Amino acid sequence: MSNKPKGRLMSSSRWLVVIAFAVALALGVAACGSSSSEETGGGGSSSGGEVSGEIAGAGSTAQQAAQEAWIAEFESANSGATISYDPVGSGGGREQFIAGGVAYAGSDAALSTEEGELEKAEKQCSPGELIEVPDYISPIAIIYNLPGVEELKLDPETLAKIFAQEISSWDDPAIAKDNPGVELPSTRITPVNRSDESGTTQNFTEYLSEVVPSVWKFEVSGDWPVKGGEAASGTSGVVEAVSAGEGTIGYADASQAGELSVAKVKVGSEWAEPTAEAAAKIVEESPLDKELSPGKYTIAYELDRKTESQGTYPIVLVSYFIACTKYGSASEAEAVKAYAEYVVSPEGQELAAKQAGSAPLSPALTKKVTPAVEAIEAG
Amino acid sequence: MASVDTTTNAGQLLAAASGGRRRRGDRIFSRTAVLAAVTILALLAGVAIFLLSEGFPALTASASELPEGKTFVDYVAPLAFGTVLAAALAALVAVPLAVAVALFITHIAPPRIALTLGYLVDLLAAIPSIIYGLWGIFVLGPAAVPVMKWLEEKLGFIPIFEGPASVTGRTMLVAGLVLAVMILPIVSAVSREAFAQTPRRLQEGAQALGATRWEMIRMTVLPFGRSSVISGAMLGLGRALGETMAVTIILSVSGAVTFNLISQANPSTIAANIALNFPESSGLAINALIATGLVLFAITLVTNMGARAIIARANRE
Repeated sequence: MSNKPKGRLMSSSRWLVVIAFAVALALGVAACGSSSSEETGGGGSSSGGEVSGEIAGAGSTAQQAAQEAWIAEFESANSGATISYDPVGSGGGREQFIAGGVAYAGSDAALSTEEGELEKAEKQCSPGELIEVPDYISPIAIIYNLPGVEELKLDPETLAKIFAQEISSWDDPAIAKDNPGVELPSTRITPVNRSDESGTTQNFTEYLSEVVPSVWKFEVSGDWPVKGGEAASGTSGVVEAVSAGEGTIGYADASQAGELSVAKVKVGSEWAEPTAEAAAKIVEESPLDKELSPGKYTIAYELDRKTESQGTYPIVLVSYFIACTKYGSASEAEAVKAYAEYVVSPEGQELAAKQAGSAPLSPALTKKVTPAVEAIEAG
Repeated sequence: MASVDTTTNAGQLLAAASGGRRRRGDRIFSRTAVLAAVTILALLAGVAIFLLSEGFPALTASASELPEGKTFVDYVAPLAFGTVLAAALAALVAVPLAVAVALFITHIAPPRIALTLGYLVDLLAAIPSIIYGLWGIFVLGPAAVPVMKWLEEKLGFIPIFEGPASVTGRTMLVAGLVLAVMILPIVSAVSREAFAQTPRRLQEGAQALGATRWEMIRMTVLPFGRSSVISGAMLGLGRALGETMAVTIILSVSGAVTFNLISQANPSTIAANIALNFPESSGLAINALIATGLVLFAITLVTNMGARAIIARANRE
């Protein structure tokens, strides 16, 4: 009756415990490592004087795919250069840059004056100057899954109400009034948001609170502020959740929308779609944020999300490339300069568009941004 | 008396013959064993110290400095609730199932089927949790949508099925079921071990007294294996409490503290919350996340101590 090979059974459960321990330890060690890397990371890149061309960057996870593509392409063109990008998150990237841990940072938000970030970053670059330029623009699409409804128009107020869970049914008059002739079912609306902290959420909530502050009373945050909605992790998670359910609506990088229907958003009197051109155009037309752009080479936009200009799409994520004009060693400066120039170049932008689905900088933007990265003093 | 003397003498002779070598072997063995035991303790202490030192700044910080502008207790409470709810749900489903599987394998199935089934159940433990997560959102979740809708309509008066039912299937119920599948192998392996070791004389004695198979199992096998089942359940519970990837992928989290298992608004778990927010966190937010890890550590510790207490009491009886 009970002729089981006992040894094997026992060892398998022990084995499991051992693995669990190992994983737990690995996680603990990894967490330890990342918290201390800020202090130790800087030494390697600035101490070298002999060869190198080795630089490290850190920051935004939104830029990760683009950065990886840029690095691969750049390194194959410059065999002596070694570039790394650690997607620790925008805040972490800015922090590491300020601490001198990395040569450049990628950030979904410009350095702010609130906690003296901008000042500290300028000090870090001293005696050089701080460079901060947009290098990654991505339109955020409103994706939905409502069988039978292939075209959907939403004005900002309705959009905000949907995501604030004030409108709960697809046949709500607020939606119907902008979509004449479309037969809207009475399906319940399930708004889907990101469950992880992200620049996409940050920019989307920024848009809602700027354009319709009367409806969107929640804070602007990378952490979705409304409780009780459907939440999924990562862009792919949101896309998957929207695809899986009927009556769902969510927001995601336009390039990741896939087969899903994309809603048009009202801009002025027009209905705008999240195209690369429209996304680049809003950045181009936005004024610089004077407070956040104190130097010659800091180009931080105050996105004019309330714009009524035709051909723009106001729900965009703008991510920045942060660096200095001077570095401790010539080879480092040379590498940063070459890399930054490549990143904002039309080729670099085209590559990011292809690999990461971003919107390439428009010629006008490129013209504005290029002098800044050229200002890095190599040698 | 004489025979005892002989064996003692023989033992002494043997010891004398192989002399110091044997004692040296003993010493090496015992030192290695001690070293291993100390290493485990040191590792455990290391983790605890790491959690305490890195989490401490968040424990003492004021509400305005912490994520979401809440005090640490307010921040961690819904997460702890979610963690315990998900793990309890998993254990509730998995333990009876695992015990049944173990009984089937040890006492009911023909040997060949039992062996195969044993292998297969063990194999479940080898599947990485991220695969369980993907299976949860792509297969089990969508499949559960109509079921949850039915639960909402027919059993909606019970608070746990209050709804509104999720349309995507990323609910606490689905997460709990996936966790249950994940902990099934460990609970059933431990139970199986114990059931298989039930002394035959007890089983045969029960049957000789006219007990049916079920009565025999109830009177001999189950009481004999009880403490093992409990410790297996606690091992499983421990895994469910700490499970990260599967929950992160499956659960639609929105911080709600609710027993409603089928809606889109679910409390997050501590481990999933760390996984979700760590990548974009910096400064004190990281300390806060590590401090929640400390809370998870404490919950697991309490669970295990509770289990030990239960087992100790069961053994005394």
